Amino acid sequence: MIASLLIWAGLWELWGRSGASFVIPPLSRIFLRMAEIVPTATFGEALSITARAFLLGNLIAIAVGVPLGVLMGRSIFADRVFLPWVNMFLSAPLTALVPVIMVIFGLGQTTIVMTVVLFAIWIIVLDARAGVRNISPSLVEMARSFGATTAQAFARIYLWAALPEILSGIRLGMIRAVKGVIIGQLLVSIVGFGRLFELYSSRFLMEHFWALLFVLFAFAFVLNEGLAWLERRVDYYAAARH
Amino acid sequence: MPGATTAGRDRAAPKPMVEVRRVSKVYDGGVEALDDVSIDMPEGRLTTLLGPSGCGKTTLLKIIAGLLPATAGEVLVDGRPVTGPGPERAFVFQDFALMPWADVLRNVAFGLELRGVARSEREAVAERYIHAVGLGGFERAYPHALSGGMRQRVGLARALAVDAKVLLMDEPFSAVDEQTRRKFQEDLLRLIGGERKTFVFVTHSIEEAVYVSDRIVLMSRRPSRVSSVIEPDIPRDGDPEGIRRNPAYLDTVETIWQGLKQYVQ
Repeated sequence: MIASLLIWAGLWELWGRSGASFVIPPLSRIFLRMAEIVPTATFGEALSITARAFLLGNLIAIAVGVPLGVLMGRSIFADRVFLPWVNMFLSAPLTALVPVIMVIFGLGQTTIVMTVVLFAIWIIVLDARAGVRNISPSLVEMARSFGATTAQAFARIYLWAALPEILSGIRLGMIRAVKGVIIGQLLVSIVGFGRLFELYSSRFLMEHFWALLFVLFAFAFVLNEGLAWLERRVDYYAAARH
Repeated sequence: MPGATTAGRDRAAPKPMVEVRRVSKVYDGGVEALDDVSIDMPEGRLTTLLGPSGCGKTTLLKIIAGLLPATAGEVLVDGRPVTGPGPERAFVFQDFALMPWADVLRNVAFGLELRGVARSEREAVAERYIHAVGLGGFERAYPHALSGGMRQRVGLARALAVDAKVLLMDEPFSAVDEQTRRKFQEDLLRLIGGERKTFVFVTHSIEEAVYVSDRIVLMSRRPSRVSSVIEPDIPRDGDPEGIRRNPAYLDTVETIWQGLKQYVQ
């Protein structure tokens, strides 16, 4: 794994040094540039504005997606109403919808937040729904026989019983949200990393461009690993269920 | 027929706590589970529904619990018709139905938690029943760390903790190994002696039914009817082990087996 990475890095370096294409600068120079731009205020500002859009978008997607998924898992009516749409949006090329969001919410942070929601929410809904449908029927009967109201059953049984699937949906949602936030920023291209990408590519600053891209890749990777670790920690719930 | 008499016996009959009145159940798709079943379950006694697998005895128990609607007929508990689950009934589940994310204490206190009883109060009650079922010291353990027998004790403690008049037990020992089951049956008899509650018990084990019951309702194959009612005349105040050697116990087991044989191919 490491060896393979090193070989590819070596090839990249050689290709960059040969000067065959200005699009591919030597890898070492990209890393130097990375060290140079990461501490700058411009980068910090872009990072914080991106992080805010990412977090807010995810929060909205979770706050709407989880209850909706739980509801769909418990109510046949809600399932019939929403499932076709959820499935359609799950596989649809959502990038094409971003211009529509742009028309509605304007060129700014709101559009980017909504893009994050649009990318993240569907898998969250679907996984929460699957989790609730997997709850053992006797646990549902238990809640009923001990007099749980619908609200109590949702908050104290369904949500917890479906937690492993819900968390897995949130993790997948966040990976999609990374795409959402970057695509949103690229299309809006006046805020955050989108603005930087726009700046670097329009001035042919390829070292800057690649450096920024690598940073984002690393962020996405760390985020995914962190969430996967969290998910493994609650996995024993899943193992303890029947 | 020594040791067993049919319904209508000399012991002063208490008033019926659960009355099943001409209940029939047809599932969606046309499966007939129950056909015109009427049974009285006397207060403070343990009544067992006994029959071959798939005979609808669990269906009847869930109708009494208010978890399933009857297609026809009605069930009265303490004189009031059943329209859904209610606080005067508590259910013990075949597969325990514990919350794996909650410890023993919270699982046992869950019925009270749903009723909005304050934490310290409900935990004190739960604590008492955890000791009563012999699980003292396991309050902070999680279900996955417990054996099947211990999990069912949690299920039983949870049902006792809500102080219902009627305890409905759906094959509570079927997922528990034989040795644990025997110990559990003895403990159950002791608990029944201490609690003035009405128990309705579902099992497919003849020995278990005769060992624990005051009244046994034999049910036929689907669509299920009451084929006979037997009241074992076995003294239960003595040594729990002694019951299994009592000739009346052995005779009753034999009588029931002769009665049930016809339903077994």
